[in-house]
Amino acid sequence: MSSYEARFQVWRGDAEGGGLEDFRVEVNDGEVVLDIVHRLQATQAPDLAVRWNCKAGKCGSCSAEINGRPRLLCMTRMSVFGRDETITITPLRAFPVIRDLVTDVGFNYQKAREVPAFVPPAGLGPGEYRMMQEDVDRPQEFRKCIECFLCQDTCHVVRDHEENKKAFAGPRFLMRVAELDMHPLDAAAETGLDRRATAQDEHGLGYCNITKCCTEVCPEDIKITDNALIPMKERAVDRKYDPLVWLGSKIRRRTGAN
Amino acid sequence: MSVVDRQEWDVVVVGAGGAGLRAAIEARERGARTAVICKSLFGKAHTVMAEGGIAAAMANVNEHDTWQVHFRDTMRGGKFLNQWRMAELHAQEAPDRVWELETWGALFDRTKDGKISQRNFGGHEYPRLAHVGDRTGLELIRTLQQKIVALQQEDYRATGDYESRLKVFQECTVTRILKDGERSEMGVPPAGGRGRVSGVFAYERETGRFFVLKAPAVVIATGGIGKSFKVTSNSWEYTGDGHALALLAGAPLLNMEFVQFHPTGMVWPPSVKGILVTESVRGDGGVLRNSDGKRFMFDYIPDVFKEKYAESEEEGDRWYDDPDRNRRPPELLPRDEVARAINAEVKAGRGSPHGGVFLDVSTRMPAEVIRRRLPSMYHQFKELADVDITAEPMEVGPTCHYVMGGIAVDSDTAAARGVPGLYAAGEVAGGMHGSNRLGGNSLSDLLVFGRRAGLHAAEHAAASADDRPRVSDEQVDAAAAEALGPFSAGGGETAGDREAAGGGQGVGGPPENPYTLHQELQQTMNDLVGIIRREQEMEQALKKLAELRGRARRAGVEGHRQFNPGWHLALDLRNMLLVSECVARAALERTESRGGHTREDHPTMDRAWRNVNLLCALARPADELAEADPARGRIALTRETTEPIRPDLLALFEKEELVKYLAEEELYE
Repeated sequence: MSSYEARFQVWRGDAEGGGLEDFRVEVNDGEVVLDIVHRLQATQAPDLAVRWNCKAGKCGSCSAEINGRPRLLCMTRMSVFGRDETITITPLRAFPVIRDLVTDVGFNYQKAREVPAFVPPAGLGPGEYRMMQEDVDRPQEFRKCIECFLCQDTCHVVRDHEENKKAFAGPRFLMRVAELDMHPLDAAAETGLDRRATAQDEHGLGYCNITKCCTEVCPEDIKITDNALIPMKERAVDRKYDPLVWLGSKIRRRTGAN
Repeated sequence: MSVVDRQEWDVVVVGAGGAGLRAAIEARERGARTAVICKSLFGKAHTVMAEGGIAAAMANVNEHDTWQVHFRDTMRGGKFLNQWRMAELHAQEAPDRVWELETWGALFDRTKDGKISQRNFGGHEYPRLAHVGDRTGLELIRTLQQKIVALQQEDYRATGDYESRLKVFQECTVTRILKDGERSEMGVPPAGGRGRVSGVFAYERETGRFFVLKAPAVVIATGGIGKSFKVTSNSWEYTGDGHALALLAGAPLLNMEFVQFHPTGMVWPPSVKGILVTESVRGDGGVLRNSDGKRFMFDYIPDVFKEKYAESEEEGDRWYDDPDRNRRPPELLPRDEVARAINAEVKAGRGSPHGGVFLDVSTRMPAEVIRRRLPSMYHQFKELADVDITAEPMEVGPTCHYVMGGIAVDSDTAAARGVPGLYAAGEVAGGMHGSNRLGGNSLSDLLVFGRRAGLHAAEHAAASADDRPRVSDEQVDAAAAEALGPFSAGGGETAGDREAAGGGQGVGGPPENPYTLHQELQQTMNDLVGIIRREQEMEQALKKLAELRGRARRAGVEGHRQFNPGWHLALDLRNMLLVSECVARAALERTESRGGHTREDHPTMDRAWRNVNLLCALARPADELAEADPARGRIALTRETTEPIRPDLLALFEKEELVKYLAEEELYE
């Protein structure tokens, strides 16, 4: 076991403004960034605001930006940084700051409400649902989502374009539309709801130009672009020509970004 | 004061985990205007961390499974201390609660014929756990969350307002249950505690603003108490809030000595110590070995379970493919047995390098199967410990996981005893699991009793419609003053008060750091009221708790009320200290070992204790001198005899088995 003193810069402030504050803090073997934030609270900054819950990468609460990259504080090990590196923690940039590392993520809850819910099939009672594993595999991948909103934060459609928020649901909720669309028993179509059409017309799928930034930051390794967004774009193509789909099939996954 | 914002609701649900959300859905569907209050963001509750599955006798995988078999397993797991009517309702209703989730969009793993797949788990006779890989809790919470949104969409179409009938107040914390017809001295309900629930007092984390939700019915669904222990699988929210709210409102807690230490938590690196390693690892074939490479669980099969478990590795291994002609491996004993065995191996010097034992799947199934069946575990060990579980064993050890004790409730209605209008469901409610909970029975408990609590709360609210309880300004003012206490560290107290509390630290003791107090509390409970308990240690713990109670009054905070974690922790400390005292006091009283309560000085189960419940209530009057006296403290303990198990339920067991649990006179009644 070895300990050392690390240098941190943590953004502190609120809606009125703020700035980076310097800290020197002890780091021990095997620790993650959230451990260091907790140590700061316990020893130097008791009112440092941060969201966290499970500290096991399962709840998606402790999202922030570490050296500019959207990450979960609890799943970022200190060992990925050099000992002489200054580590900078800032709040999610795409959402309004409440205080310190805590942002107002209400945008996401609003978008969640705009996606029509699962429609149960008529004539099938509880206990009568039959689905094959191979048919639930695809939507199950999307249900691994822990709603950390890192994809929503990193997506350049809204990251620096507040004006697009109204028309664009973001990767997480476009993926939710895809999930429902791929659900073997969703009966939305029978009620006259065309989920694919709404992805394009109501949730802003057309804004996505498949740069795969969302996929890169996903802590659950969900292939958001390839498995949810592109297939929906392909379906939308049946209705409209979308040059991005053609382009997307030519672009490889970006490497070494950020 | 009393400028606090007030709103009228029919039912208020405190907590938005599985039980809270299921209660809210039920109450709203029964026509009650329902508010949900939760400490975290909507959808982040501790339920997301449940991994293995939901136990329900659907008989999709083994056709012999029935509610009676599930009931039997649950009673055995709880060593017959369960509130048997709860165990009965739970086993009967669990399948409907699971199937209903599918109609709300849940996607469970499937059997070959397209039904919900079910997996093996400790203490369950048949494969019984509906699951989604090892992230079942996430599926449960997301399904309930999305059902809430679906109801809000319905309400939007009807009223133009998503939140007209069902609203989630996220990142808000309740600090007091308010009651009608009581004097307001906080924490001192009048003798008899007859007042009805009239609402809750809460603060909003973001702004620090106070508000009151007035309602004739309140459902407490706040989960557990694990954050009072140092090594725990529990998340930040688990500070025993609901237990304490109930106590302070005059409702007793039941059998708080029973705390489940899950046998397999991570032990290394230190910063992740305690994080859960799902029981599915063993259910799917993983084995436990000590440093000699021995599968030691074969040495730890207790008498009461001798006939049910394999005697050799060969038999245990055959069971996975041929369960009808072989017995299950002892790695699948109930959790209390496995946790004690691991503890004993480590103590005997046969532990792993970091003080646990080895849990191995790498030699038991192909890498690709491991990654498919246990994706979260693969990910967790890879990311946090640099261990590839498909190639090497994990190191695991016991971690504080669940409290079987909780608010004493009526089995059918989930109504808290003694406080009209108060309901409790999920981990915060006691009784259902007896002295030890089986894996998988928690998620089903949340659904079965969450629904029942919501239903009866809605009915109670409807019956109170013409005579709604009153919220007194006095109580609101007192609650606000209490919540603001930490901003004037050590202030607002009388000299006598401080002397009583500080145990000789004198007037004007220095302000205390709430984080330091919390760490000391966690260490105390972990070391002195942990997995193995001794009389002297628990007495020592009670002394330490008395000292901490005094110091906690001087817990001071810096900064202002806007999203201030130091302040939140200072307020949570009240709850953790109350609940910890209940655990320590009840554990000292129960002079036997049973389920999640192991006494080194009383190492065997005693049939005379089988029908004894221990009830914790707030000592009244809560005078300050008593508070500082470790022998008296804030909690009064009473014994009660449990209701005899109904004969038709007893008839589900063989006489030879009952003899091991029940006292003579119980057998022949």
